[in-house]
Amino acid sequence: MPNLKIDNVNKFYGDVHAVKDLSIDVPAGEFVVLVGPSGCGKSTLLRSIAGLEEISDGDIVLGDRSIANLAPRDRNIAMVFQSYALYPYLSVYENIAFGLRARKASDDEIKKQVDWASELLDIGDYLKRFPRELSGGQRQRVAIGRAIVRNADLFLFDEPLSNLDAKLRDGMREEIKRLHTKLGKTFVYVTHDQIEAMTLADRIVLLRDGVIEQIGAPLDLFERPKNIFVAGFLGSPPMNFMDVDVTEHGTSMALPDGQILSLAGTKISGKIKDGAYTWGVRSEHLSKITETKNTVRAVIDVLQPTGSRTYGTFFLGDCHVVSELEAHDVSKEGEILHLAVAIDRTSFFDPETGSAINS
Amino acid sequence: MKQWDQGARLWARVFCAMIVTLFFVFPIYWLGAISFKTAEEIFAYPPVWIPANFNFHNYFVLFRDGEAWSIWNSFVTASISTLFAMFFGTIAAYSLVRYKTGGNHLGIWIISQRMIPPICVVFPVFLLFVAWDIVDTYTGLIVLYTAFNLPYVIWMMRGYIQEIPLELEQSALVDGLTRWAVLWKVVMPMAKSGLFATAVFTFIFAWNDFLFALILSRSDVVTFPVKVTGYFGAQSSLWSKVGALSMLGVLPMIFVVGTMQRFIVRGISMGAVKG
Ligand SMILES: Nc1ncnc2c1ncn2[C@@H]1O[C@H](COP(=O)(O)OP(=O)(O)O)[C@@H](O)[C@H]1O
Ligand SMILES: [Mg+2]
Repeated sequence: MPNLKIDNVNKFYGDVHAVKDLSIDVPAGEFVVLVGPSGCGKSTLLRSIAGLEEISDGDIVLGDRSIANLAPRDRNIAMVFQSYALYPYLSVYENIAFGLRARKASDDEIKKQVDWASELLDIGDYLKRFPRELSGGQRQRVAIGRAIVRNADLFLFDEPLSNLDAKLRDGMREEIKRLHTKLGKTFVYVTHDQIEAMTLADRIVLLRDGVIEQIGAPLDLFERPKNIFVAGFLGSPPMNFMDVDVTEHGTSMALPDGQILSLAGTKISGKIKDGAYTWGVRSEHLSKITETKNTVRAVIDVLQPTGSRTYGTFFLGDCHVVSELEAHDVSKEGEILHLAVAIDRTSFFDPETGSAINS
Repeated sequence: MKQWDQGARLWARVFCAMIVTLFFVFPIYWLGAISFKTAEEIFAYPPVWIPANFNFHNYFVLFRDGEAWSIWNSFVTASISTLFAMFFGTIAAYSLVRYKTGGNHLGIWIISQRMIPPICVVFPVFLLFVAWDIVDTYTGLIVLYTAFNLPYVIWMMRGYIQEIPLELEQSALVDGLTRWAVLWKVVMPMAKSGLFATAVFTFIFAWNDFLFALILSRSDVVTFPVKVTGYFGAQSSLWSKVGALSMLGVLPMIFVVGTMQRFIVRGISMGAVKG
């Protein structure tokens, strides 16, 4: 099974530079997720790999052959589209068999493959039906079935779950991950949903405006974001950012409302230059304690219980902060809490460039 | 009270529908009636509304003298030109839509060809056909009807093809189909209603044509509209032949439109007027 190499690929639509000099190496069998805000060029890149867009510059190599100039049908790639792209005039069976028929497989071979795929995806009962007689989730399975029967070298998914409701989406996400393990094939998966990216990926490629912001394992990106954009994109609720002033040779900092936190005893203590920084704190790293020493004093503004956890928002000066508390930590708005901060798990960013400060 | 109101309105509607239907069906009935009448009945006054008996004599005469052959001529020229126009028109429309051939304006330019009054081009065409030596041949009429209908087919098919989701075609391309196979296995089935509706109208245009057929045929490929018109004389008109041959010309159309009605209605309502 071949690996995929995207080599300095550029794509222009007229004046729009949709993909900018982008390179990614995808080892065989890896599950890579391209994620980023809408319009960042994810689909363009995916469609370029499939051969549905012609790249303006660069090369795409699958195994030992360049596929950049091949017709889509010669690339031996399978793709699942957001709209499912099922043929309304064909039965489910024929929809799944479509790619095999195109490749002149024998009827026995087709039957074998369709049976295998429909069992794997649990759609064996619907083979005689037509797409309009299926629910959204079932259509999605058929679309996946059509892709996997073909024994392709590479599987592409363009936002396959975004037309499903939330509950189905969670179920399908798990199934797609299981499918990847079972097939052991290379998957390149596009989504704008950071949860999908985090849960599915072996490796995340985070894009913005046609450029890679960061590439790495999900927890890597989550815990060691290279810049404010990556830090803010991953995680829900999003990371809290505030302007802080580090003083006393990197051992103390002032929060936007003037509260002082000591950095003593943390990894960063003494290693960071004095000055202004953007400080990034995830809501789960703020926790209620009874002590008051070296804590953030918060007057809870709005409470949002979710059942297991409760989001408590408060203000530090003008800065809006979300903390994730235990369900019964707070009982009503207006309560005053003392929150301990897991400073070692927070990030400091250069306020000018947005890059993370390595300590 | 309310119930009564509803019922009255329904009856009023049915009544109006009947009037309209009668208005359109009566001429066809009258034509049919004439075709079965004897000469005396045709000229009787007051008019005979229902012929005394079904008298196939008028039809018999048409077939005996070989004049019914004009229906065959119409059929050959209309159907073959429809096939050609549909084939080339669909391919051209696909190219306009998916390859953006000619940018935004080629499509408009093509349909504008259709708006030229036929009378403007019929004499140049006649001279051209004389030069090519295809006056009064099937080839001549087929070429002309194909050319004349192409803009219409391209324009209509362009609308239907635009309605087909792009991802369906792209999925087929990734699955291993060539462009031609996509056209055949995805575009054709998806545009089926539109395809039939367009073909029916194309066929009717050619079937109804009088002007081109009159100028471009002499004796070998006289089509039925030209033939029927020939029965009207300065001194007298052959009403029985007019009735019978017209019926032979009208019936196939009623049959075609009747059987294709489902497609035609769906085809017409399917975004055909999108620019
Ligand atoms: N066919 C096209 N013509 C012109 N611009 C396009 C076309 N497709 C995409 N773009 C532009 O390229 C950029 C990337 O688009 P896309 O890859 O679809 O983004 P994403 O899938 O990440 O939301 C966008 O700015 C979009 O407007
Ligand atoms: Mg997209």
